[in-house]
Amino acid sequence: MADIITTPHISGHADHHDVDYLHDGKGLKSWLTTVDHKRIGVMYLWSILFMFFLGGVFAMMIRLELLTPKETIMSAETYNKVFTLHGAIMVFLFIIPSVPAALANFVMPLMLGAKDVAFPKLNLFSWYIYMAGAFIAVAAMVTGGVDTGWTFYTPYSTTTDGSVALMTFAAFVLGFSSILTGVNFIATIHKLRAPGMGWFDMPLFCWGIYATALIQVLATPVLAITLLLLLMERSFGIGIFDPKLGGDPVLFQHFFWFYSHPAVYIMILPGMAIVSEIIPTFSQKTIFGYRAIAFSSVAIALVSFIVWGHHMFTSGQSQLASAIFSFITFFVAVPSAIKTFNWIVTMYKGSVAFNAPMLYALSFLLLFGIGGLTGIFLGAVSVDIHLHDTYFVVAHFHYVMMGSTVIAFLGGLHYWWPKMFGRMYSEPAARVACALVFIGFNATFLPQFVLGSRGMPRRYYNYLPEFQALHQASTVGSWILGLGFLIMAGYLFASLRKKMDAPANPWHSRTLEWQTSSPPITHNFHEIPAVGGGPYDYYRPVGNGRNA
Amino acid sequence: MDSLKHWMLGPQGSAYANDVDVLYMFLVWLSVFFFALIVFLTVYFAWKYRRRKEGVLTPNISHNLALELLWSIIPLIIVMGIFFWGFNDYVRASVPPNDAIEIHVTGKKWLWAFEYPDGTRTIGNLHVPVNRPVKLILTSEDVLHDFYIPSMRQKTDVIPGRFVDLTFTPTVAGRHQVFCAEYCGKSHSDMMANLFVDSPEVYEKWLIEGDPELQTMPPVEVGKMVYENKGCNSCHSIDGSKNTGPSFKGLYGRVEKFTDGTSITVDDNYIVESINNPQAKIVTGYEPVMPTFQGLLRIPEMRGIIAYIKELK
Ligand code: HEM
Ligand SMILES: [Cu+2]
Repeated sequence: MADIITTPHISGHADHHDVDYLHDGKGLKSWLTTVDHKRIGVMYLWSILFMFFLGGVFAMMIRLELLTPKETIMSAETYNKVFTLHGAIMVFLFIIPSVPAALANFVMPLMLGAKDVAFPKLNLFSWYIYMAGAFIAVAAMVTGGVDTGWTFYTPYSTTTDGSVALMTFAAFVLGFSSILTGVNFIATIHKLRAPGMGWFDMPLFCWGIYATALIQVLATPVLAITLLLLLMERSFGIGIFDPKLGGDPVLFQHFFWFYSHPAVYIMILPGMAIVSEIIPTFSQKTIFGYRAIAFSSVAIALVSFIVWGHHMFTSGQSQLASAIFSFITFFVAVPSAIKTFNWIVTMYKGSVAFNAPMLYALSFLLLFGIGGLTGIFLGAVSVDIHLHDTYFVVAHFHYVMMGSTVIAFLGGLHYWWPKMFGRMYSEPAARVACALVFIGFNATFLPQFVLGSRGMPRRYYNYLPEFQALHQASTVGSWILGLGFLIMAGYLFASLRKKMDAPANPWHSRTLEWQTSSPPITHNFHEIPAVGGGPYDYYRPVGNGRNA
Repeated sequence: MDSLKHWMLGPQGSAYANDVDVLYMFLVWLSVFFFALIVFLTVYFAWKYRRRKEGVLTPNISHNLALELLWSIIPLIIVMGIFFWGFNDYVRASVPPNDAIEIHVTGKKWLWAFEYPDGTRTIGNLHVPVNRPVKLILTSEDVLHDFYIPSMRQKTDVIPGRFVDLTFTPTVAGRHQVFCAEYCGKSHSDMMANLFVDSPEVYEKWLIEGDPELQTMPPVEVGKMVYENKGCNSCHSIDGSKNTGPSFKGLYGRVEKFTDGTSITVDDNYIVESINNPQAKIVTGYEPVMPTFQGLLRIPEMRGIIAYIKELK
């Protein structure tokens, strides 16, 4: 950030203040009782990465099973549990907390020039709730598993065997962690911006996280209520969703998507937020259309609450309802298009470097393009009737959740890794891994668009022989993808064993998190930064003689 | 072009399927255009403005209202057009014409059962005549299912405790695949059915003769199926107990007395007459309430019910 006006040192304990957060306190206990947002962010990071690994193992099992029709490596019952666990883990334990709870927890207070989040103890508490939810979910897996799909549709979910009650309880608990993080971030953004930092002087990342936090706080309670009703029906036989008990099974879908459609924006907005940082930094260029990007994030967040019925065009809902939901759905496409063009045009007349984070951001532009465009197919009612619940939908949401959010998350991970751990990773290895992930991802999911268009339904253990070639292409793609991730794990772990070598600002960024040491000291900044100027002022020399 | 369409979407079974495919292919080309635009601009800008020197300052281009309006309004107009196109087709396809054949469909773990207007029931095989609108009326006996006919580009969720419709007008004779598209447990992926679109002659013949497997099944089994499916069991017991009608147990060869004073030893002909013209002779002690089943039983079915009654000694 240009023009940091220094204010005098506020504290006398200079020695204590100079210790970086990783070395400020040793031993497990100092971590488990920390209220430092950076340490909590790191604990979240390892937790979600472990969950990503677990979900990934299940994904590889799914693809391997589908190499041939009928049994390849597991029975139908096992397969149904495996795809359920894959989805539930990836959504509730990995993607939803990934960017907000892990990365934003670490960098957002730094970006705002704050010492910590607004409620540090609440922050630690939400990590403990997350861990509790994770343990309950694992307990559900080992005590019978769950075979309902991550959507828990009734009346299947209220009548099948297995640990459905435990798994829904896990999702219920995880929801609270998500709500508390959201509340914390909203308060942090409102109250803890550095002196002189107006709303439109915030890095766009903070706008994205703000919009996300709004959805987390407003939508997650609906999921909690829905899951509670499901538990009541399953455990006490109170008829809410099961027609045999006088309930309405479609009601569950309304409840579920009323949360879960906004939840897909809990997943994508943070990804967009990361890309809005990486592209200006690696182009050394003012972001194009700051306000358009900021407002379109909030617009998407609000519109996302009134499109849930586009998941239900075949559910027997009225034609009028389908018309309204289809109509509004298309309005989500417009802010997405606006953002995409803004990011691309930011590079115009810039000075573009192709480091690993930027390669991820560029991959994001292409993959989000495909994800968004195929969303338009699904928004058109007549076409969706054909494509609903086929592999086309599977491919669509993997392009937006994996191809966009996860790719952006990986970009952010590579971008902030030097800041978080004070070490640079091997850049050539990172580029190779990024290329393998990009190629493997497309090889896995592009064939699925054709599979779905040709009528291959999703959640199928067995399939007709005519679908085999495309399924095999997809499975081979998943191996390339897996290889990319193995390499990534290799060089990231290797970097942690080196001496700390990262400069404070390796990418010459202007946002505040780069104006402190890598890794940052416990209190983030030696003196509270005061701000004059915007976060992307690459058109003028760095003020205050700081390194840019 | 057509071969690309066919490769991507598979066979078409109706005129409506082609309507869906036309919109789908329009969206494919639209996506190809915008995706190519994104790729081109991304690669072009990234390469043209690649970093040649460290530490340069770049121009401050913060926004451009005209450009931003352009790329908001053009997509908006395009997507509104797509909305109307998709919604129109959908409405047109979901209104069943008055002359549609109505067939009841029941989904249960993990099979599809069909019931025709004439009372015929089948499992796993649905027969319809070509070029006539069909209206399926569907319900489920257990959890959610979804009746999906890819070649008709049509599907609907099948919901316990509710009846939903699905309309299509097949124009292509032959076998079409039916899937269950809503996850329903262990054998979800095997919950398939065949849709046979028959020429009018073949359809008529099928209505009279029934499924080919009727010819090969043991007659007693066919009879048992008829007894259960056609509703004989609601009035005739098979354990000798008296119901609205006389029990089938021990019926064959029994001497029946009628209200007009005559009597007969029950044989094949008497059974056929009782089915086709039940009011001809009324057994004493019973009301003349049985409806006629004239035309509802095919020859193998008639043969089957006789064999079945013979079995019930
Ligand atoms: C241009 C933007 C988008 C449009 C128009 C759009 C449209 C749709 C529609 C209509 C469906 C329902 C399809 C069906 O079930 O038949 C759908 C499914 C889905 N979309 Fe999108 N979408 C968009 C972007 C996104 C984004 C950004 C995400 C998440 C990061 C996302 C995640 C999903 C998921 C998870 C599902 C399916 C979930 C399931 O059934 O398990 N979509 N989308
Ligand atoms: Cu949605």
